[in-house]
Amino acid sequence: MEWETVIGLEVHVQLATASKLFSGTSTRFGAEPNTQANVFDLALPGTLPVLNGKAVEMAVKFGLAVGAQINRKSVFDRKNYFYPDLPKGYQTSQLDHPTVGKGTLTITMEDGSTRTIGITRAHMEEDAGKSLHEEFPTDTGIDLNRAGTPLLEIVSEPELRNAKEAVAYLKKLHSLIVYLGISDGDMSQGSMRCDANVSVRPKGESKFGTRAEIKNINSFRFVEKAINIEVARQIDILEDGGKIVQETRLYDAVKNETRSMRSKEVANDYRYFPEPDLLPVVIDEAFIARIKATLPELPDIKSQRFQSQYGLSPYDANVLAADLHVAAYFEEVAAGCGDAKLSANWVMGDLQAYLNKAEIDISKSPIASTALANLVSRIVDNTISSKIAKAVFEAMLNGEGSADEIIAAKGLKQVTDTGAIEKVVDAVIAANPKQVEQYRAGGEKVFAFFVGQVMKESRGKANPVQVNEILLDKLTAK
Amino acid sequence: MAIELKDVENIAHLARLQLSPAEQQEAQNSINNILHMIDQMQAIDTAGVEPLAHAYEASQRLREDVVTEHDQRDVLLALAPNADRGLFLVPKVLE
Amino acid sequence: MLKQGIAAISSSLSKGEISSVEITQAYLDQISRHNNDLNAYITVTAEQALAQAATADKIRSAGNAGVFTGVPIAHKDIFCTTGVKTSCGSRMLDNFIAPYNATVVEKLLASGAVMLGKTNMDEFAMGSSNETSYYGPVKNPWNRSLVPGGSSGGSAAAVAGHLCPAATATDTGGSIRQPASFCGLTGIKPTYGRVSRWGMIAFASSLDQAGTLTHSAEDSAIMLNIMAGFDPKDSTSVDLPVPDYCATLNKPLAGLRIGIPRQHFAEGLKPEVETQIRAALHEFEKLGATIKEISLENNHYSVAAYYVIAPAEASANLARYDGVRFGYRCAKPVDLEDLYKRSRAEGFGAEVKRRIMVGTYALSAGYYDAYYIKAQKVRRLIKNDFERALNEVDVIMGPTSPHTAFPLGSKTKDPVAMYLEDIYTIAVNLAGLPGISIPAGLVNGLPIGLQIVGRDFDEAKLLNIAHMFQQATDWHKQTPGA
Repeated sequence: MEWETVIGLEVHVQLATASKLFSGTSTRFGAEPNTQANVFDLALPGTLPVLNGKAVEMAVKFGLAVGAQINRKSVFDRKNYFYPDLPKGYQTSQLDHPTVGKGTLTITMEDGSTRTIGITRAHMEEDAGKSLHEEFPTDTGIDLNRAGTPLLEIVSEPELRNAKEAVAYLKKLHSLIVYLGISDGDMSQGSMRCDANVSVRPKGESKFGTRAEIKNINSFRFVEKAINIEVARQIDILEDGGKIVQETRLYDAVKNETRSMRSKEVANDYRYFPEPDLLPVVIDEAFIARIKATLPELPDIKSQRFQSQYGLSPYDANVLAADLHVAAYFEEVAAGCGDAKLSANWVMGDLQAYLNKAEIDISKSPIASTALANLVSRIVDNTISSKIAKAVFEAMLNGEGSADEIIAAKGLKQVTDTGAIEKVVDAVIAANPKQVEQYRAGGEKVFAFFVGQVMKESRGKANPVQVNEILLDKLTAK
Repeated sequence: MAIELKDVENIAHLARLQLSPAEQQEAQNSINNILHMIDQMQAIDTAGVEPLAHAYEASQRLREDVVTEHDQRDVLLALAPNADRGLFLVPKVLE
Repeated sequence: MLKQGIAAISSSLSKGEISSVEITQAYLDQISRHNNDLNAYITVTAEQALAQAATADKIRSAGNAGVFTGVPIAHKDIFCTTGVKTSCGSRMLDNFIAPYNATVVEKLLASGAVMLGKTNMDEFAMGSSNETSYYGPVKNPWNRSLVPGGSSGGSAAAVAGHLCPAATATDTGGSIRQPASFCGLTGIKPTYGRVSRWGMIAFASSLDQAGTLTHSAEDSAIMLNIMAGFDPKDSTSVDLPVPDYCATLNKPLAGLRIGIPRQHFAEGLKPEVETQIRAALHEFEKLGATIKEISLENNHYSVAAYYVIAPAEASANLARYDGVRFGYRCAKPVDLEDLYKRSRAEGFGAEVKRRIMVGTYALSAGYYDAYYIKAQKVRRLIKNDFERALNEVDVIMGPTSPHTAFPLGSKTKDPVAMYLEDIYTIAVNLAGLPGISIPAGLVNGLPIGLQIVGRDFDEAKLLNIAHMFQQATDWHKQTPGA
């Protein structure tokens, strides 16, 4: 039987506020345990929540960016359950009246095709603390620094059809939140966490199959793996005549498997009810207008502009526009050298390859955008060839100086003196009579051999365009 | 509505309260008496009535995003029944 | 001196007839003589009180005294106090010392008030007789075999028994007004949002409100002048200007329109109480008020709606007491569930556990609509009744309680009977309105209270009405054994 996969994602994004959702405690990452857990965060008796306005602004900003309905009145609810990382015994969240309603997100696949995925809602809620199970032999230690950090939970419609789409959706979402400045998007610090609802159904069936919720998938790579392994598991069960159990499963990246979270087997009854310590959040037109005015140019718009302004292909434009910092870097290089297409090739090619390998973010690139612009300029003005430029690039990474300095120090300036090139060409022709004969007998493939020889003799410095012209001239002249 | 002993068990578990069999019995009786009193309100026709969560219907005030609280860990951990190395301790949780 | 209230003490202090240290010491002596018997205080802060009094005296001699400087008071043990145990009447918090003051405490402290100690109360304010306290029942100073009312029974007994001139209190369903009625005091529950709830331990967040228990409306006005006002730390606190409650105390009552709800003079009201209430109403007529019968159709359902909403909110509010970060923790928990279940079972008393379970049930899957949503709808109908009535009249009056204080132990076996104690007061909390109970007579030598309910933020009018009544009568001057 042919199966269709149905995936819906719930993504928790940590909002980049300075203070917590309901208290004036810092949200800075990496502090000593419990040094960022104050009286409200610890749920001491008599303490009360006051909503952080910045978190509301960020939620609205996200909503506007995905074309969502911004609810004029949203309500916080208490979600009740006991766990040591949840000090109040309830999580303050938004159940029936989230701040952000229905919106959409357009994803681009590797083949350049696009799909628009529905966003069901996005709501604000508090993060929980952390349980440390390894520190003590018989106890679990509780660090509540993270408790109360604002989260935006973004829920997608079950419209994703395979793991690659899920990854594309997450990447797009990641790109967007960083663009909007509402999150640092640092997945290694848990700034973006994903739960996936996965089910399968026979192709053509309209009813959804029973879904499993996979928790704890915190990188793009694991999302793809976790979904694929879960889909395979479900298909195996169904094809063996079994049934899928609706449950929460944990992804184990080490074993590359999902397994049932037995501790949550007993159905939770969260007993949601409206949080009496907080009043409804009312968002008026003026508030929305003010946030709208702060929206940056978003990835889709930017990609369009890159295509029209710089003549980039849709694929290149999408790749460059996807990351706010990459896009800015690219535009700086293009402005500095005047050749956008060449700049795009360099940013997406050699630079990105190096950064990926070295695991460095472009904002911390050892070669600044102005330095790369300098290098590309030398290709544009024919000082060096593209091939020499790669060597200069390597030297720049080695810290040997700027492109101009390296070209001068190593004498890499391209030879454009026709006389000098002719001399080399003559020598090469004289030294290879056999190949000359072959060429003249119609063996045009041998032409590349001559180009290679000339470039070799000139140690790559001869201008390749001139080499071609002169060679053609001399080989056909006699 | 009336509750059974297994409902009492379930409620007590949700509320994380240890009850002896005698306490469960007592809870069932007294909660049923209370529910009987509460059920009087089922007599009112509330069709079309908007639920009221706050007596004073205002909107939430927004706080400026400023850090106003500072590290008080030593003072606060001293309130804890069991804490060590800057952490609150609970019996080992197995996940 | 000890039989007087804030206004008289303040006046004596300002005339130099007595020092704060002297009056504070006098009350501390009273406490050591009578507290064993009344059990009104959980904690007495003698040393701290004398130090505060000495400071107050210095401020006064420097010429910087305000009306409250050096006046001793007591706080209900529901308000957090830095460095002093705040138990909320519970074993759960028997070891809890907050590192912060409640806003109410902070404001009174800043005004120069001296704290004598923390008063006894029903556990987590859940009770109408002060018999659910971990620290034992409070006795009514009028008759030691009777309850003082609850949940602010300790504050009421302390004021009525002259163990302090005035005290803070809280009211979720009648917890200020009913003890005021039983102990012959003036007790005001302001409009929801008028006084900050920050640092006041929550029972039912949408209903809890702080107020006062005093000997007179004038004392209440002086105290409320300090306690009321916007607090940025409480999202439900209302940002409206606070009038000077003392300034309008003496406004004549001519033309005042009083509504009396038919439902508050029906079955269940003791005839002797009704006689006294009618006499008090007649007194208002003499002061120029007119009286009109009104109807609060849904009042009958207020206790039912309240016993869904309050326990539901409480079930979540009390989830933080889990033996992890503060408070009681059971011995040798074997695992997490054991830690939770035994800490909470051992730390909470029977009534608190009962209400947590009722609230948990009312919110649980399958019952939420039938109980919680239904109760919220009834709540709106109850509020609408009041709004309609208060369009026609300026205030609503009636008995605070159907009877006088009842014997200790007489209702502890019957929770529903205890809940029905608040039949006249509970609807006021559901509607969020201000209410005051003032002494309006004696029945068989025991005080009864007249409840006055006003429009939102109309505390000044309630205090004015109460004060004018107290100028014309002397029920509020009656004291136990007097």
